[in-house]
Amino acid sequence: MRTEWHPALTVPVSDGRDHIQGPADAPVTLVEYGDYECPYCGAAYPIVKEVQARMGDRLRFVFRNFPITTSHPHAEQAAEAAEAAAAQDRFWEMHDALYENQKRLRDEDLRAYAEELGLDIERFAGELGEHVHEARVHEDFLSGVRSGVNGTPTFYLNGVRHDDSYELETLLAAVEQAAAE
Amino acid sequence: MPLPPGTPAPDFELPSTPDQTVSLADFRGQPVILAFYPEDWSPVCSDQMALYQEVLPEFRRFNAELLGISVDGVWCHLAFARDRNLHFPLLADFEPKGEVARAYDAYRAKDGTSERALYVIDSDGAVHWSYVSPVGVNPGADGILRALESLE
Repeated sequence: MRTEWHPALTVPVSDGRDHIQGPADAPVTLVEYGDYECPYCGAAYPIVKEVQARMGDRLRFVFRNFPITTSHPHAEQAAEAAEAAAAQDRFWEMHDALYENQKRLRDEDLRAYAEELGLDIERFAGELGEHVHEARVHEDFLSGVRSGVNGTPTFYLNGVRHDDSYELETLLAAVEQAAAE
Repeated sequence: MPLPPGTPAPDFELPSTPDQTVSLADFRGQPVILAFYPEDWSPVCSDQMALYQEVLPEFRRFNAELLGISVDGVWCHLAFARDRNLHFPLLADFEPKGEVARAYDAYRAKDGTSERALYVIDSDGAVHWSYVSPVGVNPGADGILRALESLE
């Protein structure tokens, strides 16, 4: 067997299944595999926002779940909460609430964010309780594993794994370069 | 360079806990993943082992056994596994130090630790796939899964 490969996104971005911000015809697509309880992802959160602000319509951003539950006991439930919010068309609001409150991800916290967002609470709590979105989260996780996600956050620029730092200057430069290619 | 595919995998017997040992021959008849890593506790290793713990159910679908190996001692491994919730054996290549890593061409004499090397051993005990990652780079799990899939 060959022992070299280039890590790349194995499941292409799809309008039907992915959580997407930005236009479909943007020259750059940035995909993040992230964990809501991971402090590095928390550190990357405002950086991604800044990159989005600076790139405007030239960037499409996609978030996929990659909870590392052995290290982060609340990460799975938080991911399922984001998916439950997505089922009510409020994914990004929940996504932001989770990253802005990373240290408060217990079930009652998740419920409080859902209430603040005005979600149908009975439906939200029911879906979390029955783990309706577990399969979806796992599907994201496996697609990440198969794409060479090796920690969180892992970013892909136009399908290619970004192996450099995700500090603002570095990530922005890489995004600009991908836009120019 | 790691041992190439087709090479008989060197057998070994290493402690996994203060009173237990694991030998490669124990797993004849099933695939074995050997994950050599430099040291317990260092940030990249920890992410790598946490990732493998998370992907363990996928490895098990191939009936594969996962063994982590470093030059750390058993008590260090025990504390590390407990802290990180790792539920697969971490083997202590501690005395003589790095002997197994050397047998797999995965020892960094300069640092006194092993490389970040991955091996998939087939059910007959031969190397099916091997990969050495740059020491600071977590190699992920995609290569392992691809290797397991390509086993007959």
